Amino acid sequence: MHELGVTESIVNIALDKAKEAQASKIVKINIVIGELSGFVPDCIEFYFDFVSKNSIAEGAKLHFELAPAEFRCRTCSTIFHPHDTTWTCPECQSQSVEMTGGRELYVENMEVE
Amino acid sequence: MKKIEIVQNILEANELIASQNQRLLDEHKVFAINIMSSPGAGKTSLILQTIARLKDKLRIGVVEGDFASTIDADKVKDEAAAVVQITTRNMSEQCALIANMVSHALKCLPLGDIDLLLIENVGNLLCPAEFVLGEHRRVVISSLPEGDDKPIKYPVIFANADAVVINKLDFLPYVDFDIAAFEKALKGLNPEVRIFRVSCKTGEGIENWCSWLLGELKASRTGK
Repeated sequence: MHELGVTESIVNIALDKAKEAQASKIVKINIVIGELSGFVPDCIEFYFDFVSKNSIAEGAKLHFELAPAEFRCRTCSTIFHPHDTTWTCPECQSQSVEMTGGRELYVENMEVE
Repeated sequence: MKKIEIVQNILEANELIASQNQRLLDEHKVFAINIMSSPGAGKTSLILQTIARLKDKLRIGVVEGDFASTIDADKVKDEAAAVVQITTRNMSEQCALIANMVSHALKCLPLGDIDLLLIENVGNLLCPAEFVLGEHRRVVISSLPEGDDKPIKYPVIFANADAVVINKLDFLPYVDFDIAAFEKALKGLNPEVRIFRVSCKTGEGIENWCSWLLGELKASRTGK
């Protein structure tokens, strides 16, 4: 499990930004997480309650937007979102593909009071 | 209710510490390799083979990362110039090394007396892909008994490797590992990757691996 450290980072980012905005409560944090990143939203949620306790982030709702895996074919330049896990270009069947999306992990925005 | 736009990388804190680690390593002219693989693929064996071949040419330090035990550190301590064990069992990240752990390990190492630092990550093909440590090269070991589908199953770690070592070549008569299929899938995701076929048991191919390592280290020094 490596979601504890990641959850701590999320809470730190949220608290910093809330302080800058002079907010008194964090209501919702929107997080973008790539399909190919090794992070599990359920685990982040599990740790969040514990990490955010006694802070203005306590009780905030976490919303995860899943960024799909995206590849670009090096042979025919087709950009595709694979439906299976063979990472093969659907147009020309080339296996020479560049990973262009799916590794995202960032706090996009949040709602505060 | 107010909406605040943020767009901030959650791994930024780790990446910042990693870049500080790399700066410290560069100041001491230490070339660092992050060695990643699933458990049992041969990380410690490759480290021992590398030290045996290169210890007359280079002063080699080792950072051992494990969930528990000092078994690996005990194996290499007589061979390496210096060893530090990181046990992740009681840390917030248990399944991979993160830059902060390496930053503490670097403080325990005589960096001025080390040319090459081999960092053995925790055995895992998923989590180590996400955390940079400050290394100069990323190396993944894949061994024959694991099967030839690993680059397809774990694309992130293979797509970002500088070199991939195919270990346990001596198992070839006993397992259905299609080396050509493995290399094709790997090169598809990562056309620039260097591939080495080795057996840490027999020593086959270790020389090629070591000369690449030596070449990369020398190139990094002349580039400074």
